[in-house]
Amino acid sequence: MTKSELIERVAEEAKLTKARAEVAVSTIFDAMIEAMKRDEGIEIRGFGTFTVRHYKPYEGRNPRTGDPVKVAPKRLPYFKIGKELRERINGLPAGDDAPAREPAPREAPSAPAASRPRPSGRHREEDLSEDVI
Amino acid sequence: MVMTKADLVDRVCEQVGGFSKKEAADLVDLVFSTMKNALATGERIKISGFGNFEVREKSARPGRNPQTGDEIMIEAHQALTFKPSNVLRSTLNPGR
Repeated sequence: MTKSELIERVAEEAKLTKARAEVAVSTIFDAMIEAMKRDEGIEIRGFGTFTVRHYKPYEGRNPRTGDPVKVAPKRLPYFKIGKELRERINGLPAGDDAPAREPAPREAPSAPAASRPRPSGRHREEDLSEDVI
Repeated sequence: MVMTKADLVDRVCEQVGGFSKKEAADLVDLVFSTMKNALATGERIKISGFGNFEVREKSARPGRNPQTGDEIMIEAHQALTFKPSNVLRSTLNPGR
């Protein structure tokens, strides 16, 4: 889902024009970026939290050539998933007091899918995108 | 300082105009629940200028209870990764 698809889905659900939904969605992400610029964390209950992490300079290596390179100090956003979303992506019912159950079974892609090269589980296959919710 | 959903609601009220507090709050909730629904079905989210969210499959691996040092098995699970966009990275690191 891209930002414009997010805008379309929000517009449809909230019965807004795309233009208004776009301003709202952009305002939200812009405000979050502004907060991170000020080194502020962002806490969205049920979704997750963003914090700004500061990294010291270090001597790294160019992974291709092995040459040592100096890496300047930097700050990067770090996202920690919220409890509700973590449970949902693991196929558990949402909500704190919902009874725990086994995650929904995730089947391996069937024969035709298995014949194409797979990126060894680092990326989700599209075949899996319909088995939850 | 931590920014919360209430702060985002205020911003939407100020910047978009024509929304009551309640409507703005519902709209902010809708944006995050739309994202949650997409991620729950394994969909990847790409917000240009902000970053990408992706659900990754983690296979089972041995781990330790950091409190007791006991060896335990960490079960296979899905984890969500956020990769900030290059635009956001340079916004946070001007002059690099």
